[in-house]
Amino acid sequence: MLQEAIFAGFGGQGVLSMGMILAYAGMIEKKQVCWMPSYGPEMRGGTANAVTIVSDNMISSPIISRYDTVVALNQPSVEKFESRVKPGGNIIYDSTNILIPPTRTDINIYAVPGSEEAVKLKNIKVLNLIMLGAMIKATNAVNTETVPKALEQVLPERYHKLIPLNMEAFKVGMSYVK
Amino acid sequence: MSEKTFVDLESEIEGTVTRESICLEENLIYQKPIDTLIDTPMHYCPGCGHSTAHKIFMEVVAEMGLQEEIIGVAPVGCSVFAYHYMNVDMQEAAHGRACAVGTAIKRVMPEKYVFTYQGDGDLAAIGTAETVHAANRGENILVIFINNGIYGMTSGQMAPTSLAGMVTTTSPYGRDTSRQGYPLKISEMLAPLPGVAYVTRQSVHKPNNVKRAKKALQKALQYQKEKRGFCMVEIVSNCPSNMKMTPLQSNQFVEEKMIPFYPLGDIKTPEDK
Amino acid sequence: MGDLKLMKGNEALAEAMIRAGCDAYFGYPITPQSEVLEYLARESEQRTGMLAFQAESEVAAINMIYGAAGCGRRVMTTSSSPGMSLMQEGLSYIASAELPCLLANVVRGGPGLGTIQPSQADYFQSVKGGGHGDYKLIVLAPSTVQEMVDFVKLGFELAEKYRNPAMILTDGAVGQMMEPVELFDQMPRRTVFPEWATTGKKPGQERRYITSLHIQSEKMEEINHRLQAKYKKMEENEVRYVEMNTEDADYIFTGFGLGARICMKAMQMARENGFKVGLVRPITLFPFPTKVYNDLGARVKGILDVEMNAGQMVEDVRLSVNGQTKVEFYGRMGGVIPSPEEIYEHFIKTFIEGGKK
Repeated sequence: MLQEAIFAGFGGQGVLSMGMILAYAGMIEKKQVCWMPSYGPEMRGGTANAVTIVSDNMISSPIISRYDTVVALNQPSVEKFESRVKPGGNIIYDSTNILIPPTRTDINIYAVPGSEEAVKLKNIKVLNLIMLGAMIKATNAVNTETVPKALEQVLPERYHKLIPLNMEAFKVGMSYVK
Repeated sequence: MSEKTFVDLESEIEGTVTRESICLEENLIYQKPIDTLIDTPMHYCPGCGHSTAHKIFMEVVAEMGLQEEIIGVAPVGCSVFAYHYMNVDMQEAAHGRACAVGTAIKRVMPEKYVFTYQGDGDLAAIGTAETVHAANRGENILVIFINNGIYGMTSGQMAPTSLAGMVTTTSPYGRDTSRQGYPLKISEMLAPLPGVAYVTRQSVHKPNNVKRAKKALQKALQYQKEKRGFCMVEIVSNCPSNMKMTPLQSNQFVEEKMIPFYPLGDIKTPEDK
Repeated sequence: MGDLKLMKGNEALAEAMIRAGCDAYFGYPITPQSEVLEYLARESEQRTGMLAFQAESEVAAINMIYGAAGCGRRVMTTSSSPGMSLMQEGLSYIASAELPCLLANVVRGGPGLGTIQPSQADYFQSVKGGGHGDYKLIVLAPSTVQEMVDFVKLGFELAEKYRNPAMILTDGAVGQMMEPVELFDQMPRRTVFPEWATTGKKPGQERRYITSLHIQSEKMEEINHRLQAKYKKMEENEVRYVEMNTEDADYIFTGFGLGARICMKAMQMARENGFKVGLVRPITLFPFPTKVYNDLGARVKGILDVEMNAGQMVEDVRLSVNGQTKVEFYGRMGGVIPSPEEIYEHFIKTFIEGGKK
């Protein structure tokens, strides 16, 4: 198994931590992982992003330009990364925010109304967990049971009380895939 | 004077008078501090204040019993070879960086005594940043600052401390303050900093001044023992070779020209802190 | 395997420093490595009493390293390219006075103030001297966060073994990325210091002094001979590198640090397309693994060297290969990182299509 994913959106939408939760979950499952925040020209154009690679084998390059999965939280991310999804790969996007959806026919496209669902959960900050739920359901990059353990490591202890809410959001996200 | 000249001199008189035949108890009118000053000819020019400053400081180290407790930092400049004379553990720092080196030594061995020995080119020009920041952090070290208003080792160029109008090889028509800036009073500049405990300006051009300078050095090490903070003893000195003067004339220059601009005495004591 | 921790490269570097029983760190903030001092400021003094000191400049920091190393302490500093340029003077003094210490350069794109993005453009500076005079640093190039940890320990060991400054040459990407690391156990800080250290004169013994000044040319030449003999010994004993798929290789990709990992993926792409490509990754940039390139040069059709600079290590590769085979270069500069696809395409263009013509 090799999953090369990029999480992209505006700064403050939790894209960096989304990738980090996946990386932690992979590590807990004894997989090889690498998390790389945005670099170089990728940083321009109003998007923040993080690459996360999860693999059964040694990870070669942490620098990649083609992705198995793109998780997009804003319009510029779709425009920038849709063309870089490998054929047969996935794009998961926040359909509340992104009004011009991806159009490719050789990839799997998942519209997840993440922002709308987050508002329903009365905490817009759980948007990233909703999207991550959809991403993990679509890719099986890690087991869903590992995610709460990863959250324990990513979140500072004072936020651990929010883990149940985050897991609720995660499950909402999962429900939009298949 | 170089060592070679001394050796030449020795060989000339070899066979007639030997070192051992002169250095007898009954002939002694002068003795270097036992053990803290190494028994070797110094390379300093005749009449230079460095030799006196070395001697009194090493006397203080001996008298306070600190030979095994003190680590010194030599600069770049005439006193670059201070470690050839001072019989204590020493490090030779890059030009201007003695206060950074001294900071590190003290920080990793706070129980030891640390001093730097720097000239005006080293401390007041290239090393100003390191000096100011060590002072501002209140590093518990002693800085001995020899101010003779000129670059000695590189043969007489203008120093930041050169007096207005002073002729040097790089100010051949006299230091023009409108173009070359004003002589820098480092001691007055550092004294207001809260980390600074003790700043005093002394000289070694007359016996009484030598005594006072020695006393100041003693005090500074005592303050270091008491962890009072940054101490600096500035010693206004001469440079007969580069001032193109006899030792006596150069000491007169110190008295008549240097000291009026760089007045002697305590500028800050721990009581003022 | 012990417990794994997901860590940023820079933080792993700092954590490894504490665990290696380091006595003091002197540094000055500069992107992309400021996390090192921040991490140490939070952790080191409470845990081991290790000093984490913010100097007024990189110039002061490297001279503080000189001072503390001269007292026989285990000391380290880190910086990034413009800051490392400021440290070169001090490094020359440290190399001459033979003081062991460890540095890390988290390289960013230059020249000048440049960019804060990752680069490998400081290879020449690190490997060929950097400051004035004939001297060498031991240079280690990590390509994973795990190696950031391991090379702190190795770097101190080599620095102390040879009484020579050692450097970890990495880049902003390795410094910022997160990977699982296995940390070594806390090592005790030293309580006994080397004989040459200036820790206060011992009764009945000669004073110690640390200096790089030897005014007589003959004496200075003697010092130089001693240094050169030491560097030769390093070349004989300390060369480290990794070879992958070289046994049957027709072509070799090579690069150091992050560049080598990107090459590894390009190599996999080439293998998938039926080209027998192998990889050589030097771990020690000085001493350089000359022999492996020379041996491979005798039997492969070509070597592609990839770096995040205008072509620096490639000069050493070419010297090692000594004309036996074609050595090509591909690089990106100024903080741009080459992608595996670019490398693969360059390989096809240069060696496969170019070769047919």
